[in-house]
Amino acid sequence: MAIRERMSGNEAMAVAMKQINPDVVAAFPITPSTEVPQYFSNFVADGVVDTEFVAVESEHSAMSACVGAQAAGGRAMTATSANGLALMWEILYIAACSRLPIVMACVNRTLSGPLNIHNDHSDSMGARDSGWVQLYSENNQEAYDNMLMANRIGEHPDVMLPVMVCQDGFITSHAIENIELVEDDKVKAFVGEYNPKDYLLNKANPISVGPLDLQAHCFEHKRQQAEAMKNAKKVILEVSEEFAKMTGRKYGLFEEYKTEDAEVAVVILNSTAGTAKYVIDQYRAEGKKIGLIKPRVFRPFPVDELTAALSKFKAVAVMDKADSFNDAGGPLFTEVTSAMFAKGVFGPKVINYIYGLGGRDVRSTDIEVVFNELLKIAETGTVESVYNYLGVRE
Amino acid sequence: MAYNLKEVAKKPERFTGGHRMCAGCGAPVVVRQILRALKPEDHLVAGSATGCLEVSSFLYPYTSWKDSFIHNAFENSGATISGAEAAYLAMKRKGKINQEGETKFIAFGGDGGTYDIGLQSLSGAMERGHDMVYVCYDNGAYMNTGIQRSSATPKYADTTTSPAGKAIPGKQQWRKDLTEVMANHHIPYVAQTAPIGNLKDLYEKSEKAIYTKGPAFLNVLAPCPRGWQYNTPDLMDISKLAVETCFWPLYEVVDGKYIINYKPKNKLPVRDFLKPQGRFKHLFKAGNEYMIEEIQAEVDRRWEALLKLAGEEA
Repeated sequence: MAIRERMSGNEAMAVAMKQINPDVVAAFPITPSTEVPQYFSNFVADGVVDTEFVAVESEHSAMSACVGAQAAGGRAMTATSANGLALMWEILYIAACSRLPIVMACVNRTLSGPLNIHNDHSDSMGARDSGWVQLYSENNQEAYDNMLMANRIGEHPDVMLPVMVCQDGFITSHAIENIELVEDDKVKAFVGEYNPKDYLLNKANPISVGPLDLQAHCFEHKRQQAEAMKNAKKVILEVSEEFAKMTGRKYGLFEEYKTEDAEVAVVILNSTAGTAKYVIDQYRAEGKKIGLIKPRVFRPFPVDELTAALSKFKAVAVMDKADSFNDAGGPLFTEVTSAMFAKGVFGPKVINYIYGLGGRDVRSTDIEVVFNELLKIAETGTVESVYNYLGVRE
Repeated sequence: MAYNLKEVAKKPERFTGGHRMCAGCGAPVVVRQILRALKPEDHLVAGSATGCLEVSSFLYPYTSWKDSFIHNAFENSGATISGAEAAYLAMKRKGKINQEGETKFIAFGGDGGTYDIGLQSLSGAMERGHDMVYVCYDNGAYMNTGIQRSSATPKYADTTTSPAGKAIPGKQQWRKDLTEVMANHHIPYVAQTAPIGNLKDLYEKSEKAIYTKGPAFLNVLAPCPRGWQYNTPDLMDISKLAVETCFWPLYEVVDGKYIINYKPKNKLPVRDFLKPQGRFKHLFKAGNEYMIEEIQAEVDRRWEALLKLAGEEA
């Protein structure tokens, strides 16, 4: 029987890490992810995990130590937010190209500047091209479930890539909600042992990792990395199916909420999807045909599936909790629209809203503004403004 | 057993030839000798910061490292190896390491990757107490990128970012004393050494560093023929002059106790060390004598301070 509990998103991630019992956790404090290594340190101090906790002196060293640990043959995990993730930047790319399936709990927070501890997605969105698989989570349950699946996805021989599990700082990381935990033994069986083919600690077959890799081979290695990311999509679906058999909780590449007959839809990552669901229920009661698409997998980007799902709407608003400062739209918007263009999906009118930067509250009334605009576009066929800010004083 | 170079050199090679380090470079001599101090039955996980050693010893698909080796980036050799050591502890605890002998951990870095950009990573790894050795091969500048000044570069040296110009005669600052910085981390073993003579000092300190439980730091002088501009066959002579002038004293700090391993009977003037090096050529021009005098005064001051720390008289 599943264990019914109540806990914050951070604790849920830490509990998942406890159940996975990795070899090394290397982490550095930063709000709002600090609680994850705090909880985990207690597990270490109480002897309930076999993990070496490496209390590094920076996030750069956290990711560097994870690279060393994973290359050595262990499972390595970390947690961070915002500037911490930015300080890891250089090593994120090295972890991915070295094909080291490290798992990171990324508790999304505004990347400085200005300094701000609250939630938006400017941290993980900046890391979107670093070669990590990125999974997004609406609430504590999804953050926990994604963490349990992350090792299986990253460590699959066809993938061998690091995985970042994202949830919204404070909004879900610190909010205590009900959760269903999986029993320890079931997690252990599901996650399994990490037995890499080659690793530094294997005396019988020593290896060198991290070469100078010039024109003769580097391009082929990058191609293999691209192939691994392509393979990740299939593996994510397989692992999610197996997870559903164990827990009954089904996950795909994205969630569709009340889209069957919807004329308009919003595309939203993480916790604000919950607010949108509330608004959808209200509007549906009034007979308005609206829905939601909530991407779970941002890397790899599910081009075929997402564009097929979006093709049925008259109007779509892609919501970005990060701006690209390109005078064109946020990262999710530009990826969605370029995917639609490439796939010849020209039916829906697509607009972009930048919302909630620096942790600005996103209320149901804000989401109503978006749906009202979409319904107007669906009726008139006219888009007045593509790139918009939502809920900002101007 | 007393040190014998002939015997030591018979040990199986762990760092093979065929690498691309320059003729007359100190670094591969240093690395080979350090690895010889490992017991044959022990496995090594070595790491290197980005730098000459890394790009010359591990150019895909070739490696000079017969043991396991990892290069991550420039500034994180310490943190990277600390992670590997942590994984070793956890995997041993879980019963996942079933092989004869121990696994030892050595991180290498040049002075740029150690004194400067990698200082934080090194400091963190040492403070955390990992059972590892950090070796700085100090050639006194960013040689891999083309001889730029580092905080290890001696004062007045001509480098490509502290050129000996008409208005400014080379580097204007004294070199950082990293060995002292590391000694003040109060780790079990810190030593300063150089490849001289039959390499005994280097070997014995490597052995102590590797087989002392906990963190150890070795600062090893590794002359660079390109940056120092000496005649390549003179590598060992240059190293010796660094020691005989007390520019680079050989000493160790064992559990906080300072031991000077070599006190020259006739301490040579520092100009003997500076003279054969092109990077100090301008110091020997008429009117620049004051620079050599300043350097001599600083060498003397640091040597006397070291003698004091070791409880010895000059």
